[in-house]
Amino acid sequence: MIWEVFRQEREGAAFAHAGSLEAADEAFARAYAHELYGRRNESRALWLVPRGEVCTVDEFVDEFERNYRRVDGYSLKTRLREARERAGTQPE
Amino acid sequence: MTSEAQFLEHVQSGGVVEAGDPMPDEYRALLVKFIAMHGNSELMGVLPERDWILRAPTLQRKLALTAKVQDEVGHAQLIYRVCEDLGAPREELLDDLLEGRAKFHNVFHYPTRTWGDVGVIAWLIDAAAIVSQKALLKCSYAPYARIMKKICWEESFHILHGRDVILAMMNGTDEQRELVQEAVIRWWGPIMQFHGTRMPPEKDLVLQYRIKTKDNESLRQEFLDGYVPQIRELGLEVPDPALRYDEGEGRWLYTEPDWDELRQVVSGHGPASADRLDLRRRMRDANAWVRRAVLADAA
Repeated sequence: MIWEVFRQEREGAAFAHAGSLEAADEAFARAYAHELYGRRNESRALWLVPRGEVCTVDEFVDEFERNYRRVDGYSLKTRLREARERAGTQPE
Repeated sequence: MTSEAQFLEHVQSGGVVEAGDPMPDEYRALLVKFIAMHGNSELMGVLPERDWILRAPTLQRKLALTAKVQDEVGHAQLIYRVCEDLGAPREELLDDLLEGRAKFHNVFHYPTRTWGDVGVIAWLIDAAAIVSQKALLKCSYAPYARIMKKICWEESFHILHGRDVILAMMNGTDEQRELVQEAVIRWWGPIMQFHGTRMPPEKDLVLQYRIKTKDNESLRQEFLDGYVPQIRELGLEVPDPALRYDEGEGRWLYTEPDWDELRQVVSGHGPASADRLDLRRRMRDANAWVRRAVLADAA
């Protein structure tokens, strides 16, 4: 049985995928993960997830170009300039 | 453009490949062969050091050596996992290794005669290996590249352990210093062969697919750049009168390594090849009941 291993490096950090291991059951998976991914105290905690339990979402099509949801949807430079000129605060 | 050509362009321009992505059969086969050879080398590479666990000069050294052996076996586990996700089961890879169909690195086919050898292996052989492994951090096959990050991090401890062993001996008696010098002489040939022949990059498919990112000669030059000065500053001699850095050419010149020896050794005809494989076979047989018990218990 394949287990995916997620590793938290320090308190407050996100769990990041570290790799996988093969183990017959949960008890072995715990022991192997401890040895393979934490024997130098390089991990604060590990998450073990049976591979079959991981579901993947990887379709992200932006059909309507919804750039108003993103920072690149906003270009303020010319508008700011115009506003400053009207206010008389545009630096030379 | 064919899908093969598109794939090649993808990886050559820095694109990466994940386990579930479509990939040409040729790429998959090259990956399995290359990565399995690496896994085999980690697994077989602990045997020269294993021989010295019971003979380590102090308890501290014994513990450090045991930890290093555990690290290398752990690397083999991680690397075989990558192969398994490419469709090559670990048991098959072990069959191939033990029946002589698969290779492992030349340096692990030689005996470790003295504690000086143990120091030189951890210092110089591991250094040569790290140079190669660092060139895999940008491998086009992302699962392998990710695992290399962890492996390189652990290897950096091994070099320190090796340097510490060497420095202790070089600060010791004449006899200890002599053991180190003898080991450098014994291992220099295999070290110079380690990165392989000067294959033209355009003919090396492993490079073309960006499985590794540097050609053999560049890796050897990088190793010489980093380590010849470190060897010489300790008063140790490199047993190659032709070895020198040529400013004009901007590279190290050296006596041509013995490529026949390399071919002989990696095809399983090195001085310790048969013994090492035999030990692995006996261990696998002796431990078979554990695997059966664990799997039966879990089933």
